[in-house]
Amino acid sequence: MVKVLYFARLREAFGRSEEQVQLPQPVTDVASLTQWLRGRGGVWESELAPGKTVRVAVNQAMADGGSALHDGDEVAFFPPVTGG
Amino acid sequence: MTVRVQTEDFDVGGELARLRSGNPKIGAIASFVGLVRDVADGQAVSEMTLEHYPGMTRKALEEIVAEAAGRWDIYDTLVIHRVGGLGPTDQIVLVAVASAHRGDAFSACEFIMDYLKTRAPFWKKEQTAAGARWVEARESDAHAAQRWGGR
Repeated sequence: MVKVLYFARLREAFGRSEEQVQLPQPVTDVASLTQWLRGRGGVWESELAPGKTVRVAVNQAMADGGSALHDGDEVAFFPPVTGG
Repeated sequence: MTVRVQTEDFDVGGELARLRSGNPKIGAIASFVGLVRDVADGQAVSEMTLEHYPGMTRKALEEIVAEAAGRWDIYDTLVIHRVGGLGPTDQIVLVAVASAHRGDAFSACEFIMDYLKTRAPFWKKEQTAAGARWVEARESDAHAAQRWGGR
């Protein structure tokens, strides 16, 4: 299981701030998790479409598509940051 | 090095006095204060909400400050970033850097702000007459961060 968090526009679009996800067999990294979430269709497909800029952090550190995922990880999806 | 993420407002004078107290080697403090404007992209803004990623925010800010400390000769750094509901003219962020001379203080302060803008997990949502909207990241902020060179 990994804990998946969503922030800002994505949190609102998906109607949830977090969920526990049992990683299916082919999901081993951020790119494949994103692909799997996209497969839910609807807002998941549109918000996580390849053309959209979505940032991902794994265990509170910025990650990219190739970042590996392991049981117990915390994965966060969010739009580009706008603080300051 | 002090990093604080809080809903409460802060007193710039008091914070700068604390930052410099007890170290007579400090010859310069550069500070930046970010404020909520009452207009954005031509529309009046009545309210702003700052969301963040609590588990990551402090860590991200501490990494940025540590990077600045590695690049410039600085004595101490203070970063305060507010979250929650804010209104026009409210203070959002304070970055202050103490060093022996102004050059290091100015550069480190600007670097921390540029990196904070592109790497610290905060998101602004504005309330306007046309409804609420998430602030879009600006290309100019990415360019500002890039000019310091990647790591």
